[in-house]
Amino acid sequence: MRLSLFRHKHQAPLEQRPFDLLCITVAVVLGVHAPHLPAWFTLALAVMLGLRWWQRRARPGRAPAYLKLSLLALLTAAVISHYSTLFGREPGAALVAGLLVLKLFETETPRDARVGAAFSCFALMTALLFDQGMVATVLVALGLLPALATLRALQPARPASSLPHELLPALKLLAASLPLALLAFVFVPRLSSPLWGAPNSTQGRTGLSEDMLPGDFAALFEDERPAMRVAFVGAPPPNQQRYFRAYVLWNYDGRTWNGSERNGTPATVEHGPVTQYTVTLEATGQRVLPALDVPLEAPAQASMSADREMRADRPVNDPLVYSLRSAPRYRLQGQLSERERQRALQLPQGFDPQARALGQRWRSQYGGNDAAIVQAAMTLFHDGGFSYTLAPAPLGHNTVDDFLFGTHEGFCEHYASSFVVLMRAAGIPARVVTGYQGGYWNKVGNYLLVRQADAHAWSEVWLPERGWVRMDPTAAVRPERVSQGSAAANATAADWSPNQWWLSWRNRWDIVNQWWNQGVIGFDTLRQRGLLTPFGVHDTSVGMLGLLLAVGGSLFAVGGLLWAVWQRPEADRAHTSMRMLEKRLAAAGVTRRHSEGPQHYFSRAARALPSQREQLEHLMRTYLELRYAYDEPPADLLKNFRQAARDFRPRRVVK
Amino acid sequence: MLAAIRRVQTWAERRLPALTRYKRTEPLPIVLHRRRVYIVPTAFGAAFTVLLLIMLVGALNYTNNAALMLTCLLGSATSASMLIAFRSLDGLKLTGIRQGQAIAGEPMAITLVFSGSGHAHVSVHADMNDQAEAFAVEAHGETLVSLQLDTHRRGWRPMPRIKLWSNWPLGLFHAWSWIHPDQAVLVWPHPENGGPPPLLPGEASQRQRLHQGEDIAALRAYRAGDPQRHISWKHSARHDSLLVKDFEQPEAQEEWHLDWRQLAQLSPESRIERLARWLGEAETVGRPTSLWLPTEDIGLGHGRSHYSHCMNALARLP
Repeated sequence: MRLSLFRHKHQAPLEQRPFDLLCITVAVVLGVHAPHLPAWFTLALAVMLGLRWWQRRARPGRAPAYLKLSLLALLTAAVISHYSTLFGREPGAALVAGLLVLKLFETETPRDARVGAAFSCFALMTALLFDQGMVATVLVALGLLPALATLRALQPARPASSLPHELLPALKLLAASLPLALLAFVFVPRLSSPLWGAPNSTQGRTGLSEDMLPGDFAALFEDERPAMRVAFVGAPPPNQQRYFRAYVLWNYDGRTWNGSERNGTPATVEHGPVTQYTVTLEATGQRVLPALDVPLEAPAQASMSADREMRADRPVNDPLVYSLRSAPRYRLQGQLSERERQRALQLPQGFDPQARALGQRWRSQYGGNDAAIVQAAMTLFHDGGFSYTLAPAPLGHNTVDDFLFGTHEGFCEHYASSFVVLMRAAGIPARVVTGYQGGYWNKVGNYLLVRQADAHAWSEVWLPERGWVRMDPTAAVRPERVSQGSAAANATAADWSPNQWWLSWRNRWDIVNQWWNQGVIGFDTLRQRGLLTPFGVHDTSVGMLGLLLAVGGSLFAVGGLLWAVWQRPEADRAHTSMRMLEKRLAAAGVTRRHSEGPQHYFSRAARALPSQREQLEHLMRTYLELRYAYDEPPADLLKNFRQAARDFRPRRVVK
Repeated sequence: MLAAIRRVQTWAERRLPALTRYKRTEPLPIVLHRRRVYIVPTAFGAAFTVLLLIMLVGALNYTNNAALMLTCLLGSATSASMLIAFRSLDGLKLTGIRQGQAIAGEPMAITLVFSGSGHAHVSVHADMNDQAEAFAVEAHGETLVSLQLDTHRRGWRPMPRIKLWSNWPLGLFHAWSWIHPDQAVLVWPHPENGGPPPLLPGEASQRQRLHQGEDIAALRAYRAGDPQRHISWKHSARHDSLLVKDFEQPEAQEEWHLDWRQLAQLSPESRIERLARWLGEAETVGRPTSLWLPTEDIGLGHGRSHYSHCMNALARLP
């Protein structure tokens, strides 16, 4: 597979140790890529890796060209057959891992191993495109160790050591270079816009979807992954107010609720006190940005729809940090236009006759008192024998009728959906809102951890003078859902179970992820500026950052050079003093000749400096005694000599 | 043009002595001071830099800070490896050169004695005339490095320039320094291929008598008067009569008095070659020789050191 454009010098065959290390490197690369590669593919590559390692050890020899070519063809075919393309993130990663294993098959010289190790570094980095969590990043960084150790083991005449000990110098090197890496990380200018298209995530991410089919949250409630983390300025809102709206759904076709992204000026809001907070949103692959009810303005690079839903300009493929202001007490859209009113009353024909009849009955019973109708519906849910379960009985054609008058069991989606249908039937404008509710308050980190399992659906009804009012029928059925969170509501068995314990441990551990997300992953141009402003640097242009990077890098370079040229003081102190004497005598014109013994030298010096004969002879006697009289010279003799040597100043004689 | 190149060379020789092959000779010990260690990226280092740049641009483009961190980490590790490469040479000391013995035309074994400074010097290469030897020196330790020096003609052969270099630890940077020890090694003259033996003053043929010596020559029948300890009891057991070990030693070789003046009819080089051949022949049979040269008069002697002494004297002839 190697291009033979250039004639290579004949190279010595690769030793066993670097080859072993390279195999470990490739195994680590496979390991970090395994989570997003098909299991059979990873397994096949691992088997090939093992075979190659065994083959080179047991019966050394080059793999024939036809084998390499056919394996290459097989790899390409496997990737294409599974992903139906060679391009993109997942197929690319599969190809990179496969090529790396194939490279091992032709690794016979140090040059091949070098190329393999360098390519492994690249392959390790690509693993971070899939998961940039802290654990994944640390694992990938540790994967650099065998790669660096491979490069090191290729050098001849290195100190012999065992295989695990080969990794130690690489670890030291990485640890020593961490400060410089952090400096570079902080000061590298970020791109304001990508140079080429960011990858489209074809990975099916779970999370809220743009439409709602009652029952499809069930999978979401199983998902304990974090959805977002929210840090508040000041006190966090109480549990009952932790509603994060994502989608507003108007249209109902008898089964599914969908939203319609309505552009236009956001609905008017009159509000009370304002809550400020920062959201760290995990990657969703969607554009929606959940916000505490009700957000006042959109953050940068996002826009607000007419229903005060927030959309980012680009899909959130990497964790995103944004700051917002919301008002928990508000009056949303005091005036409803006729067109909007019609939309908020629309019900599909031929569905749910009983529910419609109930709504109309309430209307005739309470007359124009909308609030009384709303209250009647809430009372129905509270006292009507409804129960909250994540595994409700299946519903038929008339989903709302079957639920309201048949099964009586379901979760938030069912309640929100049927509540809105009842309201619309009674002539009250209503809509469904989906988002998150609740969350776990992390006391150490002072932030709210919201998991996918905290997904929630509720309703909004429009009342004259009050605007859109949030009504949560689930709270009427299962108050714990709102006051204590989804975990409490979903808990069916005992309060304490290994699962619960695991979850609470994970909630506490999550603070590390929060720090990582905010400090590392969310470190963008804004935070760069925020970090530099306290130091009086207000200009964060590319040039300024480059200058700072250069200055910081130079400081590190100076430190490194000092380390490199620092000579450990000589352990032999008598020798050090003797060297000092020699230097002084040399300045006085008596240079010690190469291969001149101390006695001869001192005698010559004494002849050249007759005025100091006594001193020099004393020095000579002490030095000779120090050197030749004892196996281990006494300490005071050494002290004596060093003192005498220090005090000796040659006096030039006028000839 | 040529003048310009020469000017550049002179400048380089003056300003950057260790960078260039035009390093002047200097006396031992040669210490690689930091000012004379140079460093450049290797081809692999350059390719690795390109790879790092690709990783950097990719990480920035995808606003992937974890990947950016990894790239920064790898980048700073590679820059740190530059310092390690430099340190591997810094302070290395060539303390001595030991020469082997070789006649002109044969490679001579040269041993370079390196001693380390306060830290270890790992994976250092010594390049001399297209041959390289890798070695490591412990902190304050000493390492002997053997190299082969090709020889062409007898006499003093100055040591060539030696390049000390290291790609330690990752092979990304190439640190080097040229040294040119102010030393010469003595190459012995090549003996002529064939020719007459030396003319000897005494009778040419002398019977070689058997002497009692150390080596067993044969077994023979016992004769009255043979010492008892010479009887080979083991062999005698298988025979009717007693067998006695017979010892012998060849008579010491006749001395050769080799004289420069005897070869007046030859050119000086041919005389040297002939004398070298005679010395070699005498050495192989253990014949005592003496050698008279215009520069030196070497008395009778035999053995390896006498031979070396004579060959050195021949090599040193003007």
